Amino acid sequence: MENIAPQLYTLLVFMVVGSIIAIETKNLLSAVISVSAVGFALSIAFLFLGAPDIAITQLVVEVLVLIILIRGTILLDNTAIEKGRDTLAMVASLIFFGMLLGFGALIFGSTGFPAFGEPLMRVSKVYVQTGLPATYAANIVASIILDFRAYDTLGEATVLFASILGALAILRRTGKAGEEVVSA
Amino acid sequence: MKGLSLIVKTISDFVVAFIIIFGAYIVLYGHLTPGGGFAGGVIIASAFILLMLAHGREVAFSKLGERAAHILDSAGALAFLLIGWAGVVGGYFFMNVFGRGEQFRLLSSGMILPANIAIAFKVASSLFLVFSALAIFRRRSFRSMIEGELR
Repeated sequence: MENIAPQLYTLLVFMVVGSIIAIETKNLLSAVISVSAVGFALSIAFLFLGAPDIAITQLVVEVLVLIILIRGTILLDNTAIEKGRDTLAMVASLIFFGMLLGFGALIFGSTGFPAFGEPLMRVSKVYVQTGLPATYAANIVASIILDFRAYDTLGEATVLFASILGALAILRRTGKAGEEVVSA
Repeated sequence: MKGLSLIVKTISDFVVAFIIIFGAYIVLYGHLTPGGGFAGGVIIASAFILLMLAHGREVAFSKLGERAAHILDSAGALAFLLIGWAGVVGGYFFMNVFGRGEQFRLLSSGMILPANIAIAFKVASSLFLVFSALAIFRRRSFRSMIEGELR
């Protein structure tokens, strides 16, 4: 595997800058577009890391979310953010990230990070070695998420089902009311 | 709100079928090439969302009705659950009891292909429903809506 660190660092800087712009900008539409730019950069990062499955999913979901968010944003009257910054929340999050970085440095500073993809854990070793012979699925991601760990996927589908049920239950009433106003 | 311009409508009519075919390919070959039920389902949903954006709600609902989308959503979830229960026949939940077939063929790897199809139906119809629920928000802000509720 060739060295892909420079590309990944470039994408990482781009994502950090995009996230800061998304937080700092006063215009809601700019914030939505910066968040989507971060998502697209993430999908390119997945491609570099050799995960085309997740890259495809991230890309199509990002496109859909961008459409939905822009559509939701332009329907609002007021798209500028007037509220000032919450100082307490900023201080709290700074303390939190400081502690996270400090303890992370304490833990990993002595032992050092393991190399990328190494060591292969016991469970994932079994998946990688028996994925093709056990399921005959050439795409190892499919053999893991739909055979070895299909139970996880069922939980994921349940979460999606429940969240969409909830979203429709909340939006339904206002939607019906809006329709009456339009047709009347 | 009767959709976008004639150019957009014509191009989207032309493109929608290809988007659905590409989504079906991503779903059906999910066990052989990158992709799968979720990604393919989102692509198929985006085809219907393109129809809704270009032509307005009525045309999109005439292709895939709201009730049909509800039924497909629940049917996809139930089908995935049933595939899991089919494994109980062989021994345990989500056991791969269907034949594995021949390596690198479309009809292989047992339950992965039907599970991908079930997830695709579920994801496509539910994302279409979410977008239609959000698109019903016409030109009314949240603030005026809340004030209308309070009044």
